[in-house]
Amino acid sequence: MTKTFKLIDLDCAVCAGKMEDAISKIDGIKSVKVSFIAQNMAIEADENGFDRLMKKVCRAIRKIEPDCEVVL
Amino acid sequence: MTKKQKRSLFSIIICVVLLISAIALSKYRYISFALYILAYLSVGIMPLKKAVNGILRGDMFDENFLMTIATIGAFFLREYTEAVAVMLFYNIGELFENIAVGKSRRSIAELMNIRPDVATVIRNGEELEVSPEEIEIGEVILIRAGEKVAIDATVIEGQSSLDTSALTGESAPRDVAAGDGIQSGCVNLSGVIKARTVCTFGGSTASKILELVENASTKKARSETFITRFAKIYTPIVVLMAVLLAAVPSILLGSPAKWIERALIFLVISCPCALVISVPLTFFGGIGAASRKGILIKGSCWMEQLAKAKTVVFDKTGTLTKGSFSVSEIHSEGISDGELLYLAAHAESYSTHPIAQSIIKAYGKKIDPGAVSDVEELSGMGVMAYVDGRQVAAGNARLMEKFGAEATEYDFIGTAVHVAVDGFYRGYIIISDEIKADSADAIASLKSLGVQRTVMLTGDDERVGKAVAESLGLYEYHAGLLPSQKVSEVERLIAENAGGALAFVGDGINDAPVLTRSDIGIAMGGLGSDAAIEAADVVIMDDKPSKAALAIRISRRTISIARQNIVFALFVKVFIMLLGALGYAGMWLAVFADVGVSVIAICNAMRAMRIK
Repeated sequence: MTKTFKLIDLDCAVCAGKMEDAISKIDGIKSVKVSFIAQNMAIEADENGFDRLMKKVCRAIRKIEPDCEVVL
Repeated sequence: MTKKQKRSLFSIIICVVLLISAIALSKYRYISFALYILAYLSVGIMPLKKAVNGILRGDMFDENFLMTIATIGAFFLREYTEAVAVMLFYNIGELFENIAVGKSRRSIAELMNIRPDVATVIRNGEELEVSPEEIEIGEVILIRAGEKVAIDATVIEGQSSLDTSALTGESAPRDVAAGDGIQSGCVNLSGVIKARTVCTFGGSTASKILELVENASTKKARSETFITRFAKIYTPIVVLMAVLLAAVPSILLGSPAKWIERALIFLVISCPCALVISVPLTFFGGIGAASRKGILIKGSCWMEQLAKAKTVVFDKTGTLTKGSFSVSEIHSEGISDGELLYLAAHAESYSTHPIAQSIIKAYGKKIDPGAVSDVEELSGMGVMAYVDGRQVAAGNARLMEKFGAEATEYDFIGTAVHVAVDGFYRGYIIISDEIKADSADAIASLKSLGVQRTVMLTGDDERVGKAVAESLGLYEYHAGLLPSQKVSEVERLIAENAGGALAFVGDGINDAPVLTRSDIGIAMGGLGSDAAIEAADVVIMDDKPSKAALAIRISRRTISIARQNIVFALFVKVFIMLLGALGYAGMWLAVFADVGVSVIAICNAMRAMRIK
């Protein structure tokens, strides 16, 4: 299942790339695309435990850009 | 300004006030020092935090890291004002960059503002304003003048004209009446219309287009991936060079403070943000500009391919020609052309055959049903009828024989309808597939863009193929091809086209294999055809083949702007880095090299959005 999330205050293009790297390393993520221009990310993962996974994703994002907010 | 931008502006103001007071109170050493620290922290806390996070993650080389060591270094050199100023200008620059990027993002989004937020639905006779997502298939929506169509639908009541320019780039409005399909994203220009929805909001044309364009930025061009890879190796190299710049001359020549300062300046200059932001922004702007012209490009990688196109292959029917029949030639004997057409149109007036329809259309005036009587269809031959009391036979040469008239030989491409009146041969009407008005322009524009090899592939016979190819000035044509032969023909052309890219333009209905096989598959008439949107890399929303040339032009411009940015940013950086290493550039110039170059590159990137 692929879901798209809006990202508020994603401010730098390099960070978007880093987020992509960091999120793709999380167990259970099949694919992830973070778009700096569209200010969103598309995450592909199993439907089971998607929400739990999202918590890890949010933590990874906050580590790279503390201000960036994921609209769940 | 967003909340975050306001916060950032606020901290910049605080910093300026603190910095001024620190300078003013420089007599009181400790108070002044404390003010410097506070001023520094007011703008520096976020970069510091990010730099620490980065180090903890083991991925330390980024701009925050560069800024942090540069400014902390300046503190140790007791250059407090410089330290705070660099952090301050870094923040101002970031804010500026942020606003510029936000603005460009918004203007691109505005280009594609084709999805309305509310729609009027009629439920139980009542007009309700709801979010389009809540409307189901088969419900009746109401569209007033000036409103956007929210969901693809079929008109059931009223008539109006629609502005389809957001979807097709076509400025002439389209007239619709009951029974016509309308697409979401069109704007209703005049009357009120009621329409029954044929799909959900998510499945409607406007949503599909937006999804396509938003996802376009995920299929990256090579120059984009180059930039990301470049940034990854660039920062460690720059840091290493800075370390060497600080250490080696200090050991050899002494006065370490001077060399450390130069190394710090060197670090500030080196931030790669100008490239990292402006290149993807350029591509996004180019894709936005193309979509405003009714060309959907599915990813920036296709722009790169389009810019390289050396061969453009066209399908004939439905791409270069209209795929519908019309009268191309009238030859009359003994009566006028007008009378021949009048008689033929009336004789054929009861027929629904496309050929009969095209004669009626060519006649153009209203058919007088009272003038026609005793219509008889003669299967395989044509039609016989009495028009104004005269016996009219219209059909093929065999029909003429039957009526004792001798058909004249003709030398035109297409199907002939012969006409005999009261047993005398009176001439023929040639019906052929019409070449689109735009096709010659398409070939000419491609030539002027330096795409020399324009090829037409067709399943039609040699005679028709040759005629079309010659009238359009195509470089070459191949006629009489089966669908599978079209693929092998394209494969052969790709092999001959080493170094350049090959684009195939088709109507997307029966040429999916060719669309997939070619370097760039361009499907025409994308409105409503899922198969075309799926198989193609580029979708032209209306039926103008000249858009293929426009797509190439937009792509080339976009690529050249991206290149300009890469070259400009790298050149300025390397130049100022050299100045910094040699001691000619101070912190101020360093901050310009970081922020100023970014802003200039962003402004340049925005040019990709504007296209004549």
